[in-house]
Amino acid sequence: MTRIVVVTSGKGGVGKTTTSAAFATGLALRGYKTAVLDFDIGLRNLDLIMGCERRVVYDFVNVIKKEGNLNQALIKDKRVDNLFILPASQTRDKDALTQEGVEQVMKELTEKHQFDYIVCDSPAGIEHGAIMAMYFADEALITTNPEVSSVRDSDRIIGMLNSKTRRAELGEEPIKEHLLLTRYEPSRVLSGDMLSAEDVQEILAVPLLGVIPESKAVLQASNSGTPVTLDEGSDAGQAYHDVVARFLGEDRPLRFMNLRKKGLLSRLFGGST
Amino acid sequence: MPPQTSTPAFELKGSMLTTMVLHVYTADIEVLAEQLKQHVAQAPGLFKQAPVILDFHAIQQSAKTLDIPELVEILRNYGMFPIGVRGGNTSFNSLALAVGLHLLPTTKTASERTSSPAKEEAAQHQVPEMPVKIIEQPVRSGQQIVSKGDLVILSMVSPGAEVLAQRHIHVYGALRGRALAGVTGNTQARIFCHKLEAELVSIAGQYQINEELDAQCLNQAVQIYLKDDHLTIQPFHQKLNLAK
Repeated sequence: MTRIVVVTSGKGGVGKTTTSAAFATGLALRGYKTAVLDFDIGLRNLDLIMGCERRVVYDFVNVIKKEGNLNQALIKDKRVDNLFILPASQTRDKDALTQEGVEQVMKELTEKHQFDYIVCDSPAGIEHGAIMAMYFADEALITTNPEVSSVRDSDRIIGMLNSKTRRAELGEEPIKEHLLLTRYEPSRVLSGDMLSAEDVQEILAVPLLGVIPESKAVLQASNSGTPVTLDEGSDAGQAYHDVVARFLGEDRPLRFMNLRKKGLLSRLFGGST
Repeated sequence: MPPQTSTPAFELKGSMLTTMVLHVYTADIEVLAEQLKQHVAQAPGLFKQAPVILDFHAIQQSAKTLDIPELVEILRNYGMFPIGVRGGNTSFNSLALAVGLHLLPTTKTASERTSSPAKEEAAQHQVPEMPVKIIEQPVRSGQQIVSKGDLVILSMVSPGAEVLAQRHIHVYGALRGRALAGVTGNTQARIFCHKLEAELVSIAGQYQINEELDAQCLNQAVQIYLKDDHLTIQPFHQKLNLAK
């Protein structure tokens, strides 16, 4: 049965696209047939991170407008079997994503192509594009930086997952939420510059799926168009592998986070801020 | 998908409006008409364009049926606008509906509460209807929850969220957003929370913002209530080791 997973955050620049690429690649490496969809119409990035930007012919909006079919638009990854990318359109805007159109694409990916996982890379913000990315989701990776504004935006997004999605509207079992902390710097947490994983969890009250350390490997991977999961030697690559394993039900201890310091939360939220 | 427009075409808002209530004490239309005539003659201008609600509590049990269409006609001739009825029996209500009046919910009037001791005793045995809203999920940033009675939140209220109730608010978690109890003016309403980190707390319009909250109460389990018209925050357990 196909599971639709949205990678979302509210805030921009927290690592949604990096996570979508790494997570989808990780699932495919474990043998699951996986599609990763770029919902950021007008700001197409996923193809760059996945290193397939020179192979884009048809895109998501073409498929919705029936200017091309899904087979033509899906790009098969050259490195990993079972991995397919559906790029966004760079020349349209997000209103081109209609709910009926997205539903049709999801249906085709599910029924005709029989994907195990569909990973939806959400645009930033809480507008139409972000809603479309989350609307059909079964699970959500809430990508959050350990920083107050990112945490608040994630909180807002979690509220929308619980109210603006198909599962919420039909009164079905709610979307399964996972918290993913990215760009985590244990040293800065220690020095009190950054919220700890504990602090973020306390504010958001969502189970922690994993912590991805701030890493040079991420930028290198992006620039070279390689999902960071393929860089097995890197800390971020290993952290994403852990995340995929935990997502699939394995029990793995959290890594890449040193001793954390308490008290930042009360300093930030308590007293005069 | 409906076309998206940038400016909203309307906005729905609640509003309070003072209206006159005509308490009818007799089902005899002729007596009513005569007394109305005398009353209006004293200050004809007062009733021009005035919306009026008809209250039939006093004649609810009356064997005689009031000629409501006639009464409405008389009132309109004096310039009043009958808009609805309340407290009538079924035959009154169907007559009222037939002439285009609305059926309004019944509220108890002060005179009724003290009118007869027997009635009052009966009223005490009735459990008053108080809608309680219970929220089991965290209230997230950007969400707003409104209750017409008590509001019970079994989890937390995030920063940027707003919870409002006409009566008490209970938060069995951290209160980090805004909480407004007694929003319709109930000064007896209280706020209870397990951990006070609120952006704003208010009872019956008296409010404090986070900056004004007593540091000794922050992060504590507290109750908030009005004492001599002043917002008072009282920790449940005074700890020696206060805010970190």
